[in-house]
Amino acid sequence: MSKAAIRKVTTLVVHCSATAVALADPQRGPSSPTSIFSPASTPAQSIYGLSLFVLAMTAAVFVVVFGLLTYAVIKFRDRVHDDKREPPQVYGSSQVETAWTVIPVLIVLVLFLATARVITSVQDATEPHGALEVTVIGHQFWWEYRYPGLNVVTANELHVPVSDPAHPTPTYFTLLSADTDHSFWVPRLAGKTDLIPNHPNSMWIDPHETGVYLGQCAQYCGVQHAKMLIRVYVQTRADFDRWIEQQRQSAIASDAVSQGRVVFETSPCLVCHSVSGIAGNGQFGPDLTHLMSRDTIASGAAPNTPENLRKWIQDPSSIKRGALMPAFQLSDRQIDELTAYLETLH
Amino acid sequence: MASEPKALSGTAAARRSLLDKVYGWLTTVDHKRLGILYILFALVFLVIGGIEATIMRLQLVRPLNDFASPELFNRMFTMHGTTMIFFVAMPLVFGFANYMVPLMIGARDMAFPRLNAFSFWMTAFGGLILYSSLFGGTGFLNGGNAPDAGWFAYAPLTSLMFSPGHSSDFWTLGLLLSGVGSVGTAINIVTTILTMRCPGMTLARMPLFAWLNLIMGFLVVMAISPLTAAQLMLLIDRYLGGRFFDVAAGGSAVLWMHFFWVFGHPEVYVLVLPAFAIASEIIPVFSRRVIFGYPVMVGATIAIGFVSMSVWAHHMFAVGMNSNANTFFVFTTMAIAVPTGIKIFNWLATMWGGKIQFKTPMLFCTAFLFQFLVAGLTGVMLGSAPFDWQLTGLVFCCCALSLRDRRRNSLLHFWRLLLLVS
Repeated sequence: MSKAAIRKVTTLVVHCSATAVALADPQRGPSSPTSIFSPASTPAQSIYGLSLFVLAMTAAVFVVVFGLLTYAVIKFRDRVHDDKREPPQVYGSSQVETAWTVIPVLIVLVLFLATARVITSVQDATEPHGALEVTVIGHQFWWEYRYPGLNVVTANELHVPVSDPAHPTPTYFTLLSADTDHSFWVPRLAGKTDLIPNHPNSMWIDPHETGVYLGQCAQYCGVQHAKMLIRVYVQTRADFDRWIEQQRQSAIASDAVSQGRVVFETSPCLVCHSVSGIAGNGQFGPDLTHLMSRDTIASGAAPNTPENLRKWIQDPSSIKRGALMPAFQLSDRQIDELTAYLETLH
Repeated sequence: MASEPKALSGTAAARRSLLDKVYGWLTTVDHKRLGILYILFALVFLVIGGIEATIMRLQLVRPLNDFASPELFNRMFTMHGTTMIFFVAMPLVFGFANYMVPLMIGARDMAFPRLNAFSFWMTAFGGLILYSSLFGGTGFLNGGNAPDAGWFAYAPLTSLMFSPGHSSDFWTLGLLLSGVGSVGTAINIVTTILTMRCPGMTLARMPLFAWLNLIMGFLVVMAISPLTAAQLMLLIDRYLGGRFFDVAAGGSAVLWMHFFWVFGHPEVYVLVLPAFAIASEIIPVFSRRVIFGYPVMVGATIAIGFVSMSVWAHHMFAVGMNSNANTFFVFTTMAIAVPTGIKIFNWLATMWGGKIQFKTPMLFCTAFLFQFLVAGLTGVMLGSAPFDWQLTGLVFCCCALSLRDRRRNSLLHFWRLLLLVS
């Protein structure tokens, strides 16, 4: 091989190794907030470990076979000065064929056993007493979260307590769907699990570090599947308990925005939305009792600012085209009052 | 058959001759002509499918782009997937089989020439029906009324409640028609190979190309049937008061998934076995060597055919099957890697010690070996269910799928295609 070619191949090998090393080092910060190679919870960690093993074995197979292929392509090229005779004809070889049957069977067996182990450890983990239980209900195109033991209902932004690996306090999910298929996917916390109507699924996470974890719906569910985003806030036990307490309060009723509250009660809002303390029980859309405790609106489609909130109410399709919330042709003044009211719902 | 036109003025003779020619092609039952028609049909739809892919790529070129609306994008990814599988890859497969199998086994034509023609036209009309959906609804430039529930059309997204209007019906009807065509061609291929080999050509002496197309034919019959059944069930749900997939009435959304993937997995073997078949003919010729291990190549392919019917739920690892079911499908998926790997080794061994001439067909086959090695290994990765729980759902799979090569015979096409799928 020429010197230039050798240099090129060496650079390539160095780059590939660097990438492999970088991927294998869990200590470096996540290259992206949704990297599957930066697990922060046991299911994601088990998957990550298994994936490295699978990648290593398949990479080894690749190197061997590709190496042989490259060698064959170079070594057995027809040379111009050749005598044009047919090369020796080989019909088969039982030793070689047995070898390359037995070895792949062994490789596959090892991969299978490693995989089976992780499947059981993730899917069949026993739920410990006192684990937090959350019911996730998928809607087109938002997430409903219910904490049945704690009497809390919220939407789109999930809060869970952090779990100490020494004394795990996992969160167990029951996954349901109100309409079509969805899939809950927060890469750093766990693999994907589908939400299928009339087919309850369960999964669990035990995040090891506090912080915000991002995810998205991972099963095509219609026109705004792409903007059905997930935010998981992993908090210390104290912070989480405080958040729960706040979520259990009734809606703040401030006189300054009573006009806006009237708009809310008399417009079709209550057909889909609920605010605790106000008559009406809309279930089609997110619960708005603590709307201002969320960082985003429209399931992550826009930051929760007064301008965005106003824009959303005026015309949802300007932020999330195809969202199932219609524009209600309210007057500018009504929208201003309504926004002012919603802005008080902390 | 048109009789020879008598001496006429030059223009009239030319005009009638052209009409005769077109009529000849439209009514042909000759396997070679039908093979060419299939391939031309596939190439036209390849361009269209490519345009659909380009629209998607342009939308994805930067975040929050507004090149294509969400509705248009969803129609594009549905149409692109459906087109590439059913109106590009399968017609290519059938085209090559039609043209070459009878020639290779010494038969005059296929066993059922008129069924052959019928099957081609059913496929063609299926494609036309699907594409007629582009003209309607919101108009051509916004995707018309094209189906938008994904090429896999999961229930209950395809129910009347979530897909009102007729866009899903174009998908169902187009594929019902082309499915009939596919099964017809498959029956033809299997019958021809089993009953019309020339005297002296036992199955053990048959070219590998014919063997692999025989197994492909069986797989088509076994795989398309559940898809057709599921599509009929969907139509019954949508229009005749059925409740197969209506969960509120006790139906099951997962049922659709099982039916679809029982089709979907053998389908990928339907698409890849003919590629294997072509490689199995080209590699020996251009290495000037007999194929290494002919009996094992046949045996491995038969094994692949059988095992491929048992792996389908590896497309459903995230659906919430219990750990035993998931583990079973990991096992069968890993198992199928063994005969597939053996075939790669056999091709490699055919080249080993040969005198390889790197003419264009061999360039393609070498690229195929490299690309299929990578693609096959990604299959092993996806077969490991927990890893699949992070990877499942199209993006990783699409990249893996694009690594499977297509057969052509032009150097320009080779480099262009290599660039396209890289």
